[in-house]
Amino acid sequence: MGRVLAVLIWIVTLASVILFVSKKWWFPPAISAHAPALDRQFLITILVVGVAFTAAEVGLGWMVWKYRDTVSGRATYTHGSNRLEVVWTVVTAVVFIALAVMGQSVWAQLRLHDAPAGAFQVEVVAQQFQWNFHYAGKDNVFGRTDPALIDDSALNFVGLDESDPSAKDDAVTAALAIPVNRPVELRLRSKDVIHSFWVPPLRFKQDLVPGMEIKVHFTATQVGKYELACAELCGQLHFKMKSYMLVLPEDEHRALTALPQAQFQARMQELLNKYQLPQY
Amino acid sequence: MATRLTSTKTVPKKGTRAGKGPGFPGPNGKGPKGNGWKGGDEPQRRLSASAYRITMWVVLAAILMMFAALSSVYIILAGGEQWQPIKMPRMFFLSSAVILTSSLSLEHAKRSLKLGRQRSSYYWTGTTLLLGVMFLICQLLGWRELRAQGLYFSGQPHSSFFYFFTGVHGIHLVGGIVALVYLLSRLRRALAPLSAKTEITAQVVSIYWHTMDAVWLWLFLLLMLWK
Amino acid sequence: MSETHDAVHRHEPPKSFIRKYIFSLDHKVIGIQYILLALAAVLVGMIMSLLMRLNLSWPGTNWPILGTLFPGGAPNGVMNPEFYLSLVTMHGTIMVFFVLTTAPQGGFGNYFLPIQIGAEDMAFPFLNMMSFWITFVGFIVILAAIFFSGAPSTVGPIGGWTGYAPLSALGQIAGPGQGMGMNLWIISIAIFCVGSLLGALNFITTLLNMRTRGMSLMRMPLTCWAWFTTAVLALLSFPVLLGGGILLLLDRLAGTSFFIPGGLYVSGVLSGTNPNFPLHTGGSPILWQHLFWFFGHPEVYIAILPGMGATSHILATFARKPVFGYRAMVFAIFAIGLLGFFVWGHHMFISGMSPYSAVAFSILTLSIGVPSAVKTFNWIGTLWGARIRFTSAMLFAIGFVSLFVAGGISGLILGQSSLDLPVHDTYIVLGHFHLVMGVASIFGMFAATYFWFPKMLGRFMNERLGQIHFWITFLGVYAIFIPMHVMGLVGMPRRYSQFTEYEFLKSLHPLVIFVSVAAIITIATQFIFYFNLIWSIFKGKKAGDNPWEATTLEWSTATPPPHDNFAGIIPTVYRGPYEFAVPGAPNDFVMQTEADAEVPGGNGHEAHKH
Repeated sequence: MGRVLAVLIWIVTLASVILFVSKKWWFPPAISAHAPALDRQFLITILVVGVAFTAAEVGLGWMVWKYRDTVSGRATYTHGSNRLEVVWTVVTAVVFIALAVMGQSVWAQLRLHDAPAGAFQVEVVAQQFQWNFHYAGKDNVFGRTDPALIDDSALNFVGLDESDPSAKDDAVTAALAIPVNRPVELRLRSKDVIHSFWVPPLRFKQDLVPGMEIKVHFTATQVGKYELACAELCGQLHFKMKSYMLVLPEDEHRALTALPQAQFQARMQELLNKYQLPQY
Repeated sequence: MATRLTSTKTVPKKGTRAGKGPGFPGPNGKGPKGNGWKGGDEPQRRLSASAYRITMWVVLAAILMMFAALSSVYIILAGGEQWQPIKMPRMFFLSSAVILTSSLSLEHAKRSLKLGRQRSSYYWTGTTLLLGVMFLICQLLGWRELRAQGLYFSGQPHSSFFYFFTGVHGIHLVGGIVALVYLLSRLRRALAPLSAKTEITAQVVSIYWHTMDAVWLWLFLLLMLWK
Repeated sequence: MSETHDAVHRHEPPKSFIRKYIFSLDHKVIGIQYILLALAAVLVGMIMSLLMRLNLSWPGTNWPILGTLFPGGAPNGVMNPEFYLSLVTMHGTIMVFFVLTTAPQGGFGNYFLPIQIGAEDMAFPFLNMMSFWITFVGFIVILAAIFFSGAPSTVGPIGGWTGYAPLSALGQIAGPGQGMGMNLWIISIAIFCVGSLLGALNFITTLLNMRTRGMSLMRMPLTCWAWFTTAVLALLSFPVLLGGGILLLLDRLAGTSFFIPGGLYVSGVLSGTNPNFPLHTGGSPILWQHLFWFFGHPEVYIAILPGMGATSHILATFARKPVFGYRAMVFAIFAIGLLGFFVWGHHMFISGMSPYSAVAFSILTLSIGVPSAVKTFNWIGTLWGARIRFTSAMLFAIGFVSLFVAGGISGLILGQSSLDLPVHDTYIVLGHFHLVMGVASIFGMFAATYFWFPKMLGRFMNERLGQIHFWITFLGVYAIFIPMHVMGLVGMPRRYSQFTEYEFLKSLHPLVIFVSVAAIITIATQFIFYFNLIWSIFKGKKAGDNPWEATTLEWSTATPPPHDNFAGIIPTVYRGPYEFAVPGAPNDFVMQTEADAEVPGGNGHEAHKH
């Protein structure tokens, strides 16, 4: 019985390790500037995880195999070993805390610094169950918005104040278009409940909280079209709150964002048709 | 292996340490004897006075955690942009003085009891009870003052907290008042010799009451001084 | 002359059926009542999870039974999204509160803590009874939320077990599942808080004051240490949830703005322009998360610590040797309990809270892995040099160690703020917490059941059925929850009622089916356990007072224990709790009550050098 148990423990351990090592189901290829550092930290972590997991399970199985009561005589009478306790506590603490500290540099790079100057800015306004992206247009100034002016039925999703001159060239669409290889700053807001902005290949996620404007930044490094999903339960159509992120070459992007609202939508649709989702 | 045996490892003798105890005061706060056993034939079947006091502190730990959580909510929301300052209704100054006085009277009642002066204790406890009821009435009048200023429970967080803090604290104080009624009934029936049960009740109720007094003063200062 | 006051006076055993089995003051009856409650709740929770798996694997399918039972939630037998999301919410809430916070602590803890420390009952039997019945009322209320959910298309509120504001605070205007059901959800949890606090009070007072002669703190079984620490965690965390819950209810019912900011536009309505949506201003949604998770993180340790205690206890018993590193185990329990209060922010790395606090929470979170690892090493050390007897209880205890490692280790990923960016709110989180809470913790309960069933009911559970239960369940839970980790890497989000909308999720379909098949088999296997329980009550092999040759006080008294636990003769304790394989002793176990000075054996907390 003990041998069967040991073997079973080893089998599930092996199966789990194979599942990971085979990378058959894994992160999508990354498209952001911070991804290499993040993926490296992930690799180091998963290595530690894998070693710890395997060692513990193999050790457990080994004890179960070797110390069955088929051997005569009594068990070894010991209450433990203080020295062992100190050793394995210290080693574990060093490894874990080192991992934690190492992992902070990616976080610091992304979250503890403001967006670099010259970043392309987009206002993101989430609602049940669609995404709204507000572009500042040619003048690079966002038109004034006011919740009191929001009128979904009139398609003024973000409450744009039409009387504000800088709102004239603004555009509001349902998809995100950003330039490649240039820092992007998102100003995240929500109209009703908490949503979360997430594009898996970007290795990036951030909640949108009503009552707050949260600024985050990243740099996309590969042109293409990527699916955007909501990652915080926001109601019954949470699973369908979908959009796309277009990463465009600089000139294509500049041309797009210079367009006023009327042509912006149409051009955005063309570009969404032009670019394909990545094939995994 | 027989040489490892010593007699201190078996039957714990009265007054000696039973093996290696934890080294800190035992459950009765009586010193590092390791097992709280006071000796004699009867094992620990009953709760001692100090055990009841500790139990009351355990109860208060939970209550204080809740007030701590609510206080943090207050402090965090006070940092918001839409926070309006509110003038402290005058009634709450009065109620604070009342509850402070009630603690003094209860403390006096407890000391009288310890000195064996049951009658005095009875009257001072009764005084505390009356002051407690007066406190609650003052709180309700304070609510009326707020309403007169146009400040209601809903609409903005700051005024909500005035009502909410006084309300939650008031509910806990009602619990204290019920306990005082119980204590009074015991004091009334107490004849010499005084039962330990009554004394313990007095101690435990006064711990609760004083703590509720301190909680009110904390809430009052928070409402008054923090934005 | 003053007499010390009795809290636990020697009262005559009750005579009437109601006093004996319904409104009983006896901690043993109350313990069994908690266990029965948990058994009922876990059945409800499992059925809900089965329905969830069916929907995820075969969306759009017509399930005729569903259509008949829930015409609103599954019109034409096809489950709609709000029905699914309410299942998610209720499954989580019922499992975490009414299974994992009842059976381990209120169930086994209530039954065995007093006996293991040599007391005749808990310190406050009346409060103990109240704590159960209050918890029971809480359960009725959460079940009522299914039927009075305010939306015919749900089986309760929608919000996940975490009920984030403002979705949970806005009321009906925010969509289906936000009506009466959400009110009942909050009220049920508030009631549960009160019941738990009363229980925690009892555990702490009893353990501190009512240990018998010779039972020093360092001679207590590790189960007692676990129950004690769990009670302290409950005492300090539930009040925070209670406070938060009341504030949430006020936001919903009294128009306050604790968690609702101003300027919201919900379902086409601007805040303050409509009686359905009164004016709000100044509230903070993140505040709810802080309050919830300040409670929520200690809560998961409340769910696992008793299982850890039971595992240590059962491993030693069937390994026939003392627990390796008893003192280290006690410190580890403390460390886990204490650190558990300082890590709640790891649920909120991307919530919008200060990124600086994320750094602190991240480092503290990985620190909490250290005492958990220490415990694992000590469990393996307990098996080293052992003479293992493979009873069902032992199998589940070993299974606990394996699953705790598997589940806990992914914490190293989730606890790092930067690595959380891609995996937050994905199936990695589900794999992680199900393995530690939903499986390891449950294995602890299974082990405890097989172990203590003979003591409680005087009969063994059927060993063969127990083993079949173990083998299939062990393999089954690995098959269900390990794949979820890679699903999360690909990017499968939580709380999606369907995965049909996104191209990047298409490759996961085979895994989704695999997990569901494994789940169906594993859930079906649990009925073997239910059957075994019931069958063994009547037909199980009779058990004596100490069938496992164990050492602690519960095995020194009659089976089942009499009303006052020890028939009037309170035991005295002479040695540590795990004196197995003592060289020179006549048997390979020496009971704690063994008074004979000639029988060797220690107090259990000295380290022997080898």
